[in-house]
Amino acid sequence: MNERRFNWMLWSGLALAVVAFFSYFLFFARFPITRDVPWASYLLFIVATILLIAGLRRAPRKVLASIVTVIGISVFALFIGVVAIGSKLIPASHGAPKVGQKAPEFALRDTSGKVVTLQNLLASSPRGVLLIFYRGYW
Amino acid sequence: MAISVDAPEVSANLCRKAHYTFTFLSDPDTEAIRRYDLLHKGAGEHGQDIARPAEFLLDRGGVVRWVNLTDDLRVRALPEQMLAAAKKLP
Repeated sequence: MNERRFNWMLWSGLALAVVAFFSYFLFFARFPITRDVPWASYLLFIVATILLIAGLRRAPRKVLASIVTVIGISVFALFIGVVAIGSKLIPASHGAPKVGQKAPEFALRDTSGKVVTLQNLLASSPRGVLLIFYRGYW
Repeated sequence: MAISVDAPEVSANLCRKAHYTFTFLSDPDTEAIRRYDLLHKGAGEHGQDIARPAEFLLDRGGVVRWVNLTDDLRVRALPEQMLAAAKKLP
């Protein structure tokens, strides 16, 4: 009888690990307090890991439960890989203009194909210009 | 004002979808990106060189008044931070 019972600890542990992964990118990353150090996500992953291990310990069929546990913990490992290693793989910039320095001139095309220079932008701005360099491919 | 290696059509598409009304400039040859020392070699979708994220606030004279060179892709300047810096412009 007992063997047929649904191992809710194991499966909710796996589900929580998946939720913890995606909720960071869909929700927690929006707020600096949970984005910069993803403590809320780590907390969810720790609870998920506890559930998985508790579920594994009381599972009658250890093979399936072990696979589920390994998958759940792998999601955690992947998350650590993305937020602690992957997102920091950007080159340092030593030559970027610093506060107090003049920003280098440039001439680039806008979305209508018209060439725009920094000088043009500054001339048409009452207070200043904000330059946002981004990775692209959106 | 935003700069990336994306073609003008790609940025135009992005502006339409996201309802952005500020200027988007296209730097496919990474000219300005290199001049600002922001090149991220081979990091594009197909191994192209792209820009690493960075934000600069310039005053009317073109002098940098505030800069954010993040070392983490997740930790970029927030609109509020940029607005706060802009408020301090002379």
